[in-house]
Amino acid sequence: MNKNVARPRVLLVDDYPDAREMYSEYLEFCGFEVVEAGNGMEALQRAADENPDIILMDLSLPVMDGWEATRRLKADKRTASIPVVALTGHALAGISEGARKAGCDAFVTKPCLPEDLVKEIRKVLDGQTSTTTKKVRRSGKHG
Amino acid sequence: MAVGAPRRPAVRRNGPGPYTGVPRVRVAVEEPAYGEEELLVARVRLLEGLVGRTEIADCAQLALQWLGDVLGLRQSLCLVRPAGEQSLFVVAVSGLGGSGFTSFGVSLEDWANPLVSAFTHRKELFFPAPHSAADRKRRPSTPFEDGAFHVVPLGMSGFSEEVFGLLLIGGTAPLPPELHWFTNVFGQKIDQLLRYQSLTDVDRKQGRERSLLHNIINAVTDPILLTDVEGRLLIANARALTLFTASEEESEGRRGAVRMNNMLLSSALSSKAIEETGATRRELLLVNPVDGSDLVFELLSTVTEDPRQGSGVVSILRNVTDLRRASEEIEENYRKMRIAEALARAESDRLNLIIDSVADPIVVADAAGATSLMNEPAERLFTLPARASAVEQRWVQTNDAHFSSFIAGMLVSADQRRAGEIGLIDPKTGEPMPVEAIAGKILSEHGELTAVVTILHDRREAIEKAQLYEQLKQASDELERKIQAATADIAQQNELLRRQAIELEQASALKSQFLANMSHEFRTPLNAMLGYTSMLLQGVAGPVEQPVKRQLGRIESNGRHLLTIINEILDISRIEAGRMPLQLSTFRLADLVSEVKAELEPIIMRSKLSIVLDLPKDLKPITSDRQKVKQILLNLLSNALKFTHHGSVTMTARRNAKDRTMTLSVSDTGIGIAPLDQDKIFEDFRQLDNSPTRAYGGTGLGLSICRRLAQMIDGRITLQSEVGKGSTFTLTLPLKGRR
Repeated sequence: MNKNVARPRVLLVDDYPDAREMYSEYLEFCGFEVVEAGNGMEALQRAADENPDIILMDLSLPVMDGWEATRRLKADKRTASIPVVALTGHALAGISEGARKAGCDAFVTKPCLPEDLVKEIRKVLDGQTSTTTKKVRRSGKHG
Repeated sequence: MAVGAPRRPAVRRNGPGPYTGVPRVRVAVEEPAYGEEELLVARVRLLEGLVGRTEIADCAQLALQWLGDVLGLRQSLCLVRPAGEQSLFVVAVSGLGGSGFTSFGVSLEDWANPLVSAFTHRKELFFPAPHSAADRKRRPSTPFEDGAFHVVPLGMSGFSEEVFGLLLIGGTAPLPPELHWFTNVFGQKIDQLLRYQSLTDVDRKQGRERSLLHNIINAVTDPILLTDVEGRLLIANARALTLFTASEEESEGRRGAVRMNNMLLSSALSSKAIEETGATRRELLLVNPVDGSDLVFELLSTVTEDPRQGSGVVSILRNVTDLRRASEEIEENYRKMRIAEALARAESDRLNLIIDSVADPIVVADAAGATSLMNEPAERLFTLPARASAVEQRWVQTNDAHFSSFIAGMLVSADQRRAGEIGLIDPKTGEPMPVEAIAGKILSEHGELTAVVTILHDRREAIEKAQLYEQLKQASDELERKIQAATADIAQQNELLRRQAIELEQASALKSQFLANMSHEFRTPLNAMLGYTSMLLQGVAGPVEQPVKRQLGRIESNGRHLLTIINEILDISRIEAGRMPLQLSTFRLADLVSEVKAELEPIIMRSKLSIVLDLPKDLKPITSDRQKVKQILLNLLSNALKFTHHGSVTMTARRNAKDRTMTLSVSDTGIGIAPLDQDKIFEDFRQLDNSPTRAYGGTGLGLSICRRLAQMIDGRITLQSEVGKGSTFTLTLPLKGRR
């Protein structure tokens, strides 16, 4: 079984440090282990290195934006099964659709209160852990 | 049938006779061997022979034979003058060789001939054999040639001096006395035969003439009749017989017709008119016995006086049926001719009428170029009006001269048709009158020129029209040019406008993009502010004192208000930029209502108002833009909650099958809206209380957004409200939305 089952590991990708710090502090307060990344490229690196249970992906990022990063994550078999929750302050129509096309599993509009974000994460993880495939793959990798 | 006897008696040399079996050439004896008794027997024999014969030639042959046999006169020849003839012809020959005698004949007019003398003077002659050329000359030419011969006239002694012929007997011996008896008997017989022959000749001649006459009158196609004074039919020709006689074998109808004809004829002949005038002409209607048709005859009767037979009437009937018919036909033809003439006249009148009714002048000229016919319009051009002034006369003369020269040109040219323009003058006004002349030659069936027909067409109108057309065309061209210029202007304007529109669109897009970016930029710090405030309130950083908590609560609610404002501005700008497309889906209204209610649950909890849902159980799904309907409902419900302090908020859904719509109402028991203000609340940025210390927050964009969203889904929002009692906002939308 995954050693992080008690403390799910969250990869938090956001270029705005205050927001990153706020969510990070709150997520840890809520019992998550948080790994941070400031841009898409870094996010790919961290995802590969840290093997998070879930990725919170801001879409407007420097170096490599969230859509591209998500596409690459989903294209890489090592990280393809990690659920990605898109997080964006852009509320224009089509953004959420683009995010879904890029491979995001959920979509959250900023501003999003920390507690709302946690609710969403739990919802995604609950859906995720109920699938056998993921458990097998995860145990195969870490066991 | 042979008419009359042959002119020349046929010569029969070996004709049948009692001596046929006797050898013709016997030993010549100078003295007959006959005694008295034998001679008597020979005489009887001759008489018997002659009695049985009726032909002169037969008799003569027998007689000559008898001469040779009984009297020893071997060579003999008999000449006879037939009745009415002026020549003597050979009728029999005996004991002479050769054939010269067949054509031997003696003309009685040859006075120098001794034979003629012997005949006319009844004298016997002897011609001895000639001793010299002179002797020969005196001798008549006979079949005896240079032989001696006797000439004995044939006639009856004692009765008359008449001689019927000559007997030529060869030999030098003197003639025996017995010859006298012979010539007497033979002459008598010949005389008898000649008389008989001449009688038969007359009879035959008469018969022939009768027959000829008969043939002639039979050949006449007109019936000819001879009737006696009592009207009895004496003679009728064949044509008359068919009309007036019928045998018992003929049909009853034919016999009846004949009886009728006889009656008609006798009544016609018995009238006095014949006796009085001798010859009359009258018409006689008879019946054709052959076919029963009527025949019309002209009866020509002449009374003939015959001393022997008494008077009679000769009638000639001339069939005038055909004549009558022909005359009727002639009459009919004449009548037809009259009709045709009348028709031709009518035709000509009509032609004149037609020609006169043509508005263009028409002139018909004969082959010499002289005008033979013109219609009224032509007359106006070419004939002098009564009391014409000198000027008018000159105009007409000029016209005439021009036209004549045109016609003359036409006459000399080989063209069948010719068209040209003639510059005439209008005799009424003196204006130049150009006319188009179209002339055509009319040829007889033999190709001779009979007339030239010319039609003149006044070209003034056409020219005027052409000028008008030209002006019109110029005006039209001008107009077209102007339109083109204007069009070019408009196009330029359009291009300008299009560019402006593009620029505006770009500006609008830029504005929307700017607003989108701005809202993102607004939200990012606001996100952190609201997040930290929330965390502080949750005590993430440690416990918080109550007064601090209250102040943090103010920060949070103002932050939320700011967020609402940002969102609404964003919505308006998205709608205006057309970046809120219609997304139709089919969904259950009940689900949507509970979703909306759930979303506003925190506010509902705080308000302590009772929320009533009035939705029919069997509500069918509708097709619309779910997001927009939801936003409208959220807005209406949050408004109701905001402006209602106690009482209840009711959400009602109703389906209107009639106009295929759905109504969603949100009713509250709140402060209500005065009638005057009910329209204003849908305007942009409009809040009824605009004072800085207003009791209710909000951008004032909510209802404006709702109204726009409702329009986008083909719906509308209506309001019923009473101040102090509450308001009911109703969204009406189609059951099935269309793009």
